[in-house]
Amino acid sequence: MLTNLGFGSLVITFALSLYGIFAAIYGERKNLYRFVESARWAMLLTFPMITLVTLCIIGLLVTQHYEVQYVYNVTSQSMPLYLKITALWGGQSGSLVFWAWLMSAFASAVTLRKWNRDRDFLPWVIVVCLVTLAFFLSMIILFENPFQRFWSTSGGQQIVAMFQPAGSQLIIPADGRGLNPLLRHPGMVIHPPMLYLGFVSFVIPFAFGIAALITGRKDDRWIRLTRRWTLVAWMFLSIGLVLGSRWAYDVLGWGGYWAWDPVENAAFMPWLTGTAFLHSVMIQEKRGLFKRWNMILVILTYSLVIFGTFLTRSGVLSSVHAFAQSAIGPMFFAFIGITFLVSLALLIKRWNDLNSEGQMNSLLSRESLFLVNNLLFMGVLAVVFWGTVFPLISELFTGQKVTVSAPFYERSTGPLFAGLLLLMGIAPLSAWGHSTWKTLGKAMWKPGLLSLLVLIAMVISGIRSFGALLGLWLTSFVIFVTLYEFWRGMIARHRRSGENYFTALIRLAARNRRRYGGYVIHLSIVLMAIGIIGIESFQTQTQAKLIPGESLQLAGYTVTYESLAEFDVQDGRNVARAVLNVSKNGKNLGELYPRRDYFYDSQQPMTIPGVRSTIEDDLYVILVNWEEISTNGATFKVFHNPLVNWLWFGGILLIFGSFIAAWPDPEKGLQLESITKSRQSAVSSSISAD
Amino acid sequence: MSQEKFAFHLDKNFTIGTIFLIFFILFVSTTMVFAQNGTPPTDNEVNAIAKDLYCPVCENTPLDVCPTVACAQWRDMIREKLTAGWSKEQISQYFVDQYGDRVLAEPPKRGFNWLVYVLPPIFFLGGCILVYKNLRKFKNQKPGVDSGNMDKNDPYMQEVEEALQLMNRKDQGN
Repeated sequence: MLTNLGFGSLVITFALSLYGIFAAIYGERKNLYRFVESARWAMLLTFPMITLVTLCIIGLLVTQHYEVQYVYNVTSQSMPLYLKITALWGGQSGSLVFWAWLMSAFASAVTLRKWNRDRDFLPWVIVVCLVTLAFFLSMIILFENPFQRFWSTSGGQQIVAMFQPAGSQLIIPADGRGLNPLLRHPGMVIHPPMLYLGFVSFVIPFAFGIAALITGRKDDRWIRLTRRWTLVAWMFLSIGLVLGSRWAYDVLGWGGYWAWDPVENAAFMPWLTGTAFLHSVMIQEKRGLFKRWNMILVILTYSLVIFGTFLTRSGVLSSVHAFAQSAIGPMFFAFIGITFLVSLALLIKRWNDLNSEGQMNSLLSRESLFLVNNLLFMGVLAVVFWGTVFPLISELFTGQKVTVSAPFYERSTGPLFAGLLLLMGIAPLSAWGHSTWKTLGKAMWKPGLLSLLVLIAMVISGIRSFGALLGLWLTSFVIFVTLYEFWRGMIARHRRSGENYFTALIRLAARNRRRYGGYVIHLSIVLMAIGIIGIESFQTQTQAKLIPGESLQLAGYTVTYESLAEFDVQDGRNVARAVLNVSKNGKNLGELYPRRDYFYDSQQPMTIPGVRSTIEDDLYVILVNWEEISTNGATFKVFHNPLVNWLWFGGILLIFGSFIAAWPDPEKGLQLESITKSRQSAVSSSISAD
Repeated sequence: MSQEKFAFHLDKNFTIGTIFLIFFILFVSTTMVFAQNGTPPTDNEVNAIAKDLYCPVCENTPLDVCPTVACAQWRDMIREKLTAGWSKEQISQYFVDQYGDRVLAEPPKRGFNWLVYVLPPIFFLGGCILVYKNLRKFKNQKPGVDSGNMDKNDPYMQEVEEALQLMNRKDQGN
């Protein structure tokens, strides 16, 4: 029942999407607005329809219909209810449905806005959103159907099919295989939705950009309309990346948070172009420059969103041969190619219309510095993109598999990230239009001096790593510049209005949310940078086999092995849990419990570290191995990760900053309305005077 | 006699051979005993080599942190090689010979692999040239000049601006 209902809804939604695409194009071409309106309703309707599909899958997951292949693959009886629900995105087909559901939610939300001034955009925004949605729906229906069931043919053969083959019987397994243990983590419950939200919401600015290209509008209206979408997309993608890092840190048991794995890179690449885009659109808004470049960036971001999904869903990462054999891989590849080429063709067609309205006036103006910022982001993108695809290209052309891993990326991107930090410190102090060394120097010397004092303090404290000194000096510079900007604004407001300092600070940020929200985001990025520099530059580790009572030392900590117990728990796990005592300078700091969980249903182990977290550092202990009876010894790997928690604090602050920057500004809206009204009355009175 | 001679020769050869053999065995066993009696490699020494080698089976996972049974066996292999006196380079080469270049953290700098090192800098250099060309075009203008483009291409706003200009001219005329 649920399978048929779900699959039927999928097919109807696909048909709706196709109808919407054709109705929008036909209505626009023939100037029949009712067709465009009909397409808008079709797009709106996709959301409840895919919601129904999603509910059907959740219903099957929760009610343990193991005859459905997807349910069998990702759930088991022992799994708690919340994991059965979140198993919706735990497998290939479910995650594609989830992607499509979010896409339809965003597309529907867009259709609900007022289109009065931008009616010409509407049909093309519908077309872009629905083409993307229809592509994903076609992948689900044709190749990744989550409603397929197990059947036993009359010949005794077991097959998987949507509809009952003649003479076959349904096979109902007693239990499922269960979700991959690595995915049974709170971080993994929230991480994919955040990442997908980031992915799909970047489709909206792209849709408006394409609409602007098709309609031939040369103004920056599409950018103004999608500014908040872009920021929200960027925020979700950022949260997704931070949560993914936290998940890796907590679950993968290797003491780190980011491995430059292709899957991580797949999500990082659209973030890079998205961040460049967020900065670059400001140049177009303020100065009318870089219209073409903004189009290129939004096209790149969209293509990288689809490319990221392609990388993780096509099997191409394990081998180019697996890609060739997978059903959806070539389809994805073709879709990326076609959308990219069509977008480029549209851009080339409008190339001459997208001339800059002004020109760069100064080498140190904010737009010039933003341009350099974009260059550095593109440099990082080039490294990450090429490093990610090179193993595939190498295998394709030479048959030789190679690995491109962390050392390559760290060496290549380190200087570029340092440059970005420096710009984050200088650019907020430069003015739009024109800046000189003198004006910049005047604004910079105080924070610059303070950051130099921090540098000297770091050298005196014994830090000798050039990379760490440079990185931490730059982060302190950005922090001082940003705080100085808040301070100056607050003082000015206090003097002018007599408000107390706190009120002045709050109102200052509230009056210009975009600017001060941006500064908070800068601060959050800097906090993350401190965490990254801490763990990359100062991480130490040791591994040893201990018997109960024995200790090992690392970074001033003494870790003493006390005992190990192995037991079964009700949710289908066998747990081996060690008890370790931690002390520092003779002071007892408590116990840590690193463990290894073995999941009977999926027959997979999972390493859960024991972690002692402080603002200063993490002591991170992994149970590597143990001997069960003979000597009762166990091997532990211990990491000392200085400053790593700043990475997570930064992530939280980033959400806060994004909310400030994206929050609608009612005062501004009212102001704009009153300006428009006064101008309208001026026009009408002048006309009547004539 | 000849038989005695032969026996002598045989004995002599045998003796010399035996002495060589004994020396050889002594040498080899001494080396082995030395290697075996020397401090056995610690986990940290094993990991120092394993961290630069990547699991030949799993994707992008260094051997020192890879949790699979296969990787544990490969770490044991590194331990055995270290015990046998192999250097880090010899062990790395052994793994490359056995499993190919993919066990290395980065592609070796030769032939086709150069592309991975060369293309990103070329791309970045191209970007630098483009930015430089854009920045070179800047004009010296007085500070505070900000042309702005708020709704410049919006027909409605253009209309408003033109009407306002008309009003200004009228005011000036009066």
